[in-house]
Amino acid sequence: MTAVASGRMVNSLTTGRLPRGSVWMLLIGSWVLLGLVFLFVQLSGATKSFNLVGAIFLGTVLFDVLIFVISLLVEGVRKAKDRLVTSLVATAFIVALLPLVSLLWTVVQHGLGRMIQPSFFSMSMRNVLDGSGGVVHALYGTLEITLATTIISVPIGLMTAIYLVEYGRGPLARAITFLVDVMTGIPSIVAGLFAFALFALLTGNPGFRSGFAGAVALSVLMIPVIVRSSEEMLKLVANELREAAFALGVPKWLTVLKVVLPTALPGIMTGITLAIARVIGETAPLLIASGYSDSVNFDLFSNRMMSLPVFVYTQYANQGSIAEFFTARSWAAALTLILIVMLLNLAARLVARIFSPKLGR
Amino acid sequence: MSTGTPRVIKARVRLGDRVFSTSTITAGSIIVAILAAVAIFLIAQSIPALVAKAGTLPNAASSFWDYVGPLAFGTVWAAFLALLMATPLSIGIALFISHYAPRRIAQVLGYIIDLLAAVPSVIFGLWGVSVLAPAVQPFYVWLNTSLHWFPLFGGDVSGTGRTILTVAIVLAVMVLPIMTAVCREIFLQTPRLHEEAALALGATRWEMIQMAVLPFARPGIVSAAMLGLGRALGETLAVAIVLSPALVVSFFLLTSQNPSTIAANIALQFSEASGVGVNALIASGLVLFVITFIINAIARAVVNRRRAFSGAN
Amino acid sequence: MSKRIEVNDLNVYYGKFKAVEDVSLTIEPRTVTAFIGPSGCGKSTFLRTLNRMHEVIPGAYVEGEVLIDGNDLYGPGVDPVLVRRQVGMVFQRPNPFPTMSIRDNVLAGAKLNNRRMSKGDADALVEKSLQGANLWNEVKDRLNLPGSGLSGGQQQRLCIARAIAVSPEVILMDEPCSALDPISTLAIEDLIEELKRDYTIVIVTHNMQQASRVSDRTAFFNIAGTGKPGKLIEYDDTNTIFSKPSVQATEDYVSGKFG
Repeated sequence: MTAVASGRMVNSLTTGRLPRGSVWMLLIGSWVLLGLVFLFVQLSGATKSFNLVGAIFLGTVLFDVLIFVISLLVEGVRKAKDRLVTSLVATAFIVALLPLVSLLWTVVQHGLGRMIQPSFFSMSMRNVLDGSGGVVHALYGTLEITLATTIISVPIGLMTAIYLVEYGRGPLARAITFLVDVMTGIPSIVAGLFAFALFALLTGNPGFRSGFAGAVALSVLMIPVIVRSSEEMLKLVANELREAAFALGVPKWLTVLKVVLPTALPGIMTGITLAIARVIGETAPLLIASGYSDSVNFDLFSNRMMSLPVFVYTQYANQGSIAEFFTARSWAAALTLILIVMLLNLAARLVARIFSPKLGR
Repeated sequence: MSTGTPRVIKARVRLGDRVFSTSTITAGSIIVAILAAVAIFLIAQSIPALVAKAGTLPNAASSFWDYVGPLAFGTVWAAFLALLMATPLSIGIALFISHYAPRRIAQVLGYIIDLLAAVPSVIFGLWGVSVLAPAVQPFYVWLNTSLHWFPLFGGDVSGTGRTILTVAIVLAVMVLPIMTAVCREIFLQTPRLHEEAALALGATRWEMIQMAVLPFARPGIVSAAMLGLGRALGETLAVAIVLSPALVVSFFLLTSQNPSTIAANIALQFSEASGVGVNALIASGLVLFVITFIINAIARAVVNRRRAFSGAN
Repeated sequence: MSKRIEVNDLNVYYGKFKAVEDVSLTIEPRTVTAFIGPSGCGKSTFLRTLNRMHEVIPGAYVEGEVLIDGNDLYGPGVDPVLVRRQVGMVFQRPNPFPTMSIRDNVLAGAKLNNRRMSKGDADALVEKSLQGANLWNEVKDRLNLPGSGLSGGQQQRLCIARAIAVSPEVILMDEPCSALDPISTLAIEDLIEELKRDYTIVIVTHNMQQASRVSDRTAFFNIAGTGKPGKLIEYDDTNTIFSKPSVQATEDYVSGKFG
């Protein structure tokens, strides 16, 4: 039936099998083949540059087809299907990686040069007409707005989580659980519209924009995230610990405050950091509720306030006479934003690891 | 003493307990208040647009529904296309992480996918318009010329690549992490016994996944898709930056005449809107909210039904 | 420093389900009383009603009275928090607070109640409690390390030290050795022997030998079948229960013929 089956001592439990390592050779072979194809395309002048992404993608697809056909011939249909799915699943992963790598590469390529120029972190955009200018006003704005959002959201979110885990019974708890779910699904632009409508009504001025309005919009997005993650962490605290504290004659509120919360704290901190990382990149609500400006504004409660993601957008969308200046600033700010978000994510993982109380030492 | 009713014991309530529990209830109630405020403000600000006469609305719309219709279509259409691409991909990635990759590196792979989630949407927009759109444009030309008979690929091909298909690709990449995370979670919860039972019958790994993992995970996959759909519907700036919009209802994927989405339309028009125009934008936001609410409600219903079946918790 | 417990016609319910029916018994001060019986017979549930820990479970409530030196635990206006300061409890699995050091675990009862004490008093209390739990010599050099770094038996003795640091009158133990190895079990049993000089001790155990070794009096609980409430079958001196019990079911159970 197969090449292997023609041996003299045939074990009835063996079937045809592809030699070890042949799969990897096939994959690399497919990539090289498609690489050569694209190289020829480039040399013939059809495209300007070598298309690495296309070569890897089409090479992987070629591999998927080849492995199925070869395995079908050598190993039979069941094994062939198994191999096909294995390679398809790996392909899916590679396909997901391509945009990530491409995006990070593009941002670094376009943004790094402008970001390391001294003007970038020392200037705002006030009265800037040439290629200089920087993000100082946007950094201050992002910092203040994010801080205000955190100050609003964390107490409300955390206390609600405590209510749901430690006290919540009956219709109010069910209603809150449901509404937190609803809140999780609010599109960010709708949160921005809400903050705009709220402050337009409160101030009687439909043109009113402020950092604080942005913070309110972001809080609508952040509170449900904090409730969910804190609730999850509080539920993880073993009931035995609560019982141990009760058995010592400790009232409930002190049990929650001094036993449950400290135990869950690393997880809660991680959740808060991740929530901040998510909110700090939000653009649409700030565009609507806080507006944009070229100058530093320290006052959260009046006048427009710039933020980093809005800076990225406006520099791209409202380009002046010399477009390169604006796109360069936009990419540089994008790189800054990505770095901040990545650092926050890293910090969250570190918090989770370092402050985990389980270890004996 | 054998009455069935519980005896109520009145104990002295501690001040600390009362203060603490009251403040947690207050926090919970604030959430109720916020959501009520969101609903009330959006509705109140929408009413002028809902009752506006023809001629006062932007885009020369005859009524609000005439105005929001094409936008709602674009929103749902773009999100649907994104989901069409993201669902199989995220199932594949989740399977790869949960059942194929070696244990030691599976976690690292999970982090890498989570990194995608960490990239702010505005940056996806920049990438989409400056890298993806030019890269796929020649491919669009080829599709348009060689598969012109296929309805979705008809029309005049876009010269920039900033079409609704490009938008859908960007959206698919953006919703991939959340969908993968949910699927991965569900796949890992597959009962060990079922998997081993399938393998003991002589199943290959794929047959085991077909027998044990996928049937168990089906409701989870549905809710992951709904979550992704919710995100894709509400995505604003990536769409606003990438898409070249027009006032049309069209299924063509490759032309420069694309239906816009509600969220992108709000972001693009808001700074220049005035009067009833602002109310119309807010009302369209309310429509978006309702659409995402319905999608999320379906997702939640599916998840809850699964919980009842699995017997866990 | 120990009190007499008197239980009269006690019923325990979980919602509509009656878990324990009609228990009456008296526990003398400075004795060790063992509760034995098959799983699910309500002995742990009953134990928890002695310091109102059953109230942690939603829907649980009792009828009847539990008197500690004549004071009804379930009388109007009784604060469960005060009850639990007098009636301490040690659980099945050792549960030191993971965020606290050994020293802070011992002081937890005092500290968690926001009581201020001088460092000297605190040190004295830590040493006295750990001495009382036979743990002092093993941990005196590492009082500031986390309690979760200790072995299972040491953790359980830490929990006992934590319980006696709030100077209770009664200590309830819910299968305190079921998660421990034989040597740690022996250490706990020795400790119980010493503790009974000062405290009234009630212990739930599945281990017949343990009941016969440590207890003065033994109560045997049983259920008629699943869904039926648990009942107190026999309560007598430990010697009597294990040598010549008056009820056949008790004899079957203690001699291993049960079931």
